[in-house]
Amino acid sequence: MIEVKNINKTFGDNKVLDDVSASFHKGKVNMIIGQSGQGKSVLAKCIVGLHEVDSGEVLYDNRDFCKMDRLERKAVRQEIGMLFQGSALFDSLTVEENVMFPLSMFTKMTKAEMQDRANFCLERVNLAGRNKLFPSECSGGMQKRIAIARAIAMNPRYLFCDEPNSGLDPKTSIVIDNLIREITYEYNITTIVITHDMNSVIEIGDNILFIYQGKNWWQGGRDEIITTDNPEINGFVYASEFMKEIKETLKHKKAH
Amino acid sequence: MKVINNIGKYIIMMTIVFSKPEKWRIFRIRLFQEIEFIGIKSIPIVALMSTFMGGVIALQTASNMDSPWLPQYTIGYITRSSTILEFSPTIISLILAGKVGSNIASEIGTMRVTEQIDALEIMGVNSLNYLVLPKITAAMLFFPVLIIFSIGLSLIGGWLTLTMSDLASTDTYIFGIRSFYTDLELQYALTKAVVFAFLITSIASFYGYYTKGGALDVGRSSTQSVVSSSIAILIANFLLTQMILL
Repeated sequence: MIEVKNINKTFGDNKVLDDVSASFHKGKVNMIIGQSGQGKSVLAKCIVGLHEVDSGEVLYDNRDFCKMDRLERKAVRQEIGMLFQGSALFDSLTVEENVMFPLSMFTKMTKAEMQDRANFCLERVNLAGRNKLFPSECSGGMQKRIAIARAIAMNPRYLFCDEPNSGLDPKTSIVIDNLIREITYEYNITTIVITHDMNSVIEIGDNILFIYQGKNWWQGGRDEIITTDNPEINGFVYASEFMKEIKETLKHKKAH
Repeated sequence: MKVINNIGKYIIMMTIVFSKPEKWRIFRIRLFQEIEFIGIKSIPIVALMSTFMGGVIALQTASNMDSPWLPQYTIGYITRSSTILEFSPTIISLILAGKVGSNIASEIGTMRVTEQIDALEIMGVNSLNYLVLPKITAAMLFFPVLIIFSIGLSLIGGWLTLTMSDLASTDTYIFGIRSFYTDLELQYALTKAVVFAFLITSIASFYGYYTKGGALDVGRSSTQSVVSSSIAILIANFLLTQMILL
């Protein structure tokens, strides 16, 4: 479980996070949603330590990340897997080497053991046999799956996904969403997904945090987001006519 | 103010770069990769530049030898002195600042804007140490080799030019090359090579690592790294000459 308590973050005169508190549960797909520029990516970066918070606490299973020294942070980071928006695969390494990278840095596995683990992870994301390709030879969807394989290589306790569906077609987005959900449930990890994609929110979001003007405006489940009357959430989630129609249909279904 | 800020950031960066590598085996692999990338792949340009440079120095010296009082071996002596003291270490380093420096800055800059450096950090890898230390070490180890190679080829270039244009005999040229030689000349050249190698790779890494934005900014960082490392080389050249030769 990851908890953030009273987090504040300012860039110059711009207060990006204003006393944000939230909890992200183990074995659930936790989502951070919000409009662009509202602070959700900054919140995620504060949680993983890419940004230092001005004040507040970030607790990884009750271990305060903000108070840790370099070595303690390093140990926590080895428990984190992260899927970046642009996949962030290492260009100069093959698919297999990318997946093996964290293993080669932090474990004492032999090359054969690392290859076995890489094969297992690639199989898990349906990319068996693509070991020798370079990232530039793979499609966007494949790159995301390789990044997921790399993220799970070290058996992480926490998985962060920054806009996993950006730049993907709807069908591939569903594949990635399902993969994130399956991995979360299968390995019982704390997953945090930062997204704009409302299909993903409705499809896989177990615990949703809505960030608005740098504040934790709303937190709840998938069912609650459909029925809530919070105007800011409705303005964001059901911005299009199509989504409004979906909301009415879902409400109607629920009522019967 | 920005310059002072950058110098401070550069010093802090270097303290992180020079920490113990995560795994020595991986450091060794990366070191050999960088030696190939920074050093061995620079051999063709160094060879071409040095041969022509030596030829031109010899020709210019010969063309300026108007006085009959000056012995002909002076051509060899001046070619050797100017090659070892200045042309090979400094000019070749300036060229490598363009070739190697821009390459390093754009490589690391691209890694920064495509979040590859963030990915390393999230994994718990000391990204500066992992990316930059092998580059600096490789350059500091291999630049002296390149400079010795350059000196040799420059002298061969001078000899070829002189003998082909019949301006001096081989014996006279070799006699000139061997005249008044002291080990200090080579020590000075190699010291410069090591210092310039450090400056080129560390400054290029600095600009690459702190790139912000997109492709345009990567290009800007690359250009800035070449300009800054060239200026740093010129300043260091002046200071080293003061310290070692005078």
